[in-house]
Amino acid sequence: MANVLAFAEQRDGQLGAAAREAVGVAATIAESTGGQVHALVLGGPGASSEAGSLGSFGAEVVAVGEHQALAEYNPEGYVGVIAERIQVGDYSAVVFAATGVGKDLAPRVAAKLDVPLASDVTAIDAAGGALSVTRPVFSGKAFATLRLEASPAIVSIRPNVFQVAERAGSGTVERFDPAVDPGSWRVRVVERKAAGDGQVDVSEASIIVSGGRGMKDPSNWHLLEGLRDAIGSDVALGASRAVVDAGWRPHGEQVGQTGKTVAPKLYFAVGISGAIQHLAGMRTAKTIVAINRDADAPIFGVADYGIVGDLFEVLPRLTEEIAALKASD
Amino acid sequence: MNVIVCVKRVPDTEARIRVDGTGTAIDPSGLKYDISPYDAFALEAALRHKESLGEGEVTLLTLGESVAQETLRKGLAMGADKAVLLTGEVGLDGLATAKSLAAELEGADAPLLLFGVKAADDDQQQVGPMVATILDRPCVTGVSTFEVSGDLVVCHREAEGGSEVVEVDLPAVLCMTKGPNEPRLAALKGIMAAKRKPLEEKPASGFESRVQLERLDEPPPRPEGRIVGEGSDAVPELVRLLREEANTL
Ligand SMILES: Cc1cc2nc3c(=O)[nH]c(=O)nc-3n(C[C@H](O)[C@H](O)[C@H](O)COP(=O)(O)OP(=O)(O)OC[C@H]3O[C@@H](n4cnc5c(N)ncnc54)[C@H](O)[C@@H]3O)c2cc1C
Ligand SMILES: Nc1ncnc2c1ncn2[C@@H]1O[C@H](COP(=O)(O)O)[C@@H](O)[C@H]1O
Repeated sequence: MANVLAFAEQRDGQLGAAAREAVGVAATIAESTGGQVHALVLGGPGASSEAGSLGSFGAEVVAVGEHQALAEYNPEGYVGVIAERIQVGDYSAVVFAATGVGKDLAPRVAAKLDVPLASDVTAIDAAGGALSVTRPVFSGKAFATLRLEASPAIVSIRPNVFQVAERAGSGTVERFDPAVDPGSWRVRVVERKAAGDGQVDVSEASIIVSGGRGMKDPSNWHLLEGLRDAIGSDVALGASRAVVDAGWRPHGEQVGQTGKTVAPKLYFAVGISGAIQHLAGMRTAKTIVAINRDADAPIFGVADYGIVGDLFEVLPRLTEEIAALKASD
Repeated sequence: MNVIVCVKRVPDTEARIRVDGTGTAIDPSGLKYDISPYDAFALEAALRHKESLGEGEVTLLTLGESVAQETLRKGLAMGADKAVLLTGEVGLDGLATAKSLAAELEGADAPLLLFGVKAADDDQQQVGPMVATILDRPCVTGVSTFEVSGDLVVCHREAEGGSEVVEVDLPAVLCMTKGPNEPRLAALKGIMAAKRKPLEEKPASGFESRVQLERLDEPPPRPEGRIVGEGSDAVPELVRLLREEANTL
């Protein structure tokens, strides 16, 4: 019986939520289709150290390919190794996480194997044999349900959407020697600049604090950083296009139709009016909070909780109250 | 150096999307269409590249219905030199689209192929890297700016939690994100000139779609929200609700 494969992405040697979610979704598919759940980890020496932990999310076998040249993602190294593992294995479905790496990687692997790919899916139904998936289109202004008629069916899953349960069981770690020849790579990373230490990407964070033109000046962003820090870890800063276009914030933070589409559990829209292109990017957040001094701002139409008022008064108080709440936990 | 830019005709970003009675298509009434936003950034980058070199041609390539001529004319008015329209069906199987485009691009005399990082209708973020894989060209995604230097291209790209400088050998495929330069508006002169620029329309090599659309749905309406209060006095209640009702803090 065909198995299900999850590509478990490591970053700086760590397996994070993206890896767990991919494995968890593969395990859910295998519950319907039968077969085993395999995980594939690629990384530098030592990548296997944590790999066994994926067993508790459903991976029965965790294949780990370690090579110095795979420590950091480069499609020229990863694509061939992954495509080959899929070819030699017998897989009915392959799951990637739609992170920055997953979005770069999955289409190349799919093309190499000559099978279609459904990107950024938010729901999967494997009950009927062929995989049926739901994914946002028109930046979340509609959802398409698609049937994938190829084997293996390849999907990338939107971060933060799928709940993964810990399961009993431990995975068998199997190491293999990936065939890589970095000398022949046609793409070379010359420089990597981190946005800041330990900062989470806006497309993966579980909480997002976003600012818009109402923030008035880039120097006021310390107010949003203060709120972010008070909430804790796994919180990212986001931005409207207006402030990105003004050069106040990097494009990597932009949420919306020409930025990131996000689905955090909590989204703060501070001084953001709620233009249709912005809403398209964040309307699937579980809880939306809007702070805006204009009671008629469209953002209040999608917000679960709103405060009408001057953000320069509301933000410091909010940071203070949340810090106090966290301190009393 | 010749550059080919793949552009797609999509509903403009202001559009309200409504699903029609069949449940498998959007209601086209009242929709305005435009070049997909990232493709416009790709075209702008291509035009600037040509202007800085002072040579080479910028060609537009679209797979779509005949009406996509309109989109191509707009790109020509912005400054592209010629355009090719492959008429055919565009579905949700990005690999089928990629194969049709690759069939045309195979052997093309253009060291640089530019794509948008994603199309604003299907949001698949896949056609560019798929074409590159089919053509066996190296490909960099999420590129905001690039400079050609000799037989390689230096790309600045957005990566998770930061940015990268990446070098890629020519011939190459770049998938462009928003760059520092807003796509230019077509001036009247450009619009006049575009009418005389070559626009070739021919049937696409079609490839079977292995992705079947079962249903389109509008997003469920969000439950009615509430205004917790006005000004900073409302903050304690907001924090209480986030903790006790929404369970998110
Ligand atoms: C092709 C295209 C693509 C686009 N893509 C995107 C996209 O991806 N993402 C995106 O965000 N936009 C996008 N836009 C732009 C979008 O249309 C809006 O222009 C933009 O979202 C507005 O940003 P904003 O809400 O920060 O600014 P504004 O609309 O100016 O809103 C500022 C808000 O701040 C409030 N405010 C001001 N002062 C205070 C204060 N002291 N206290 C509290 N509130 C205050 C105001 O009441 C107002 O509601 C796109 C547009 C186009 C044409
Ligand atoms: N039908 C098409 N015609 C021309 N280019 C396309 C077409 N579909 C997609 N593309 C290109 O591929 C990019 C990515 O599209 P997608 O993978 O659909 O998000 C777009 O930004 C275009 O550059």
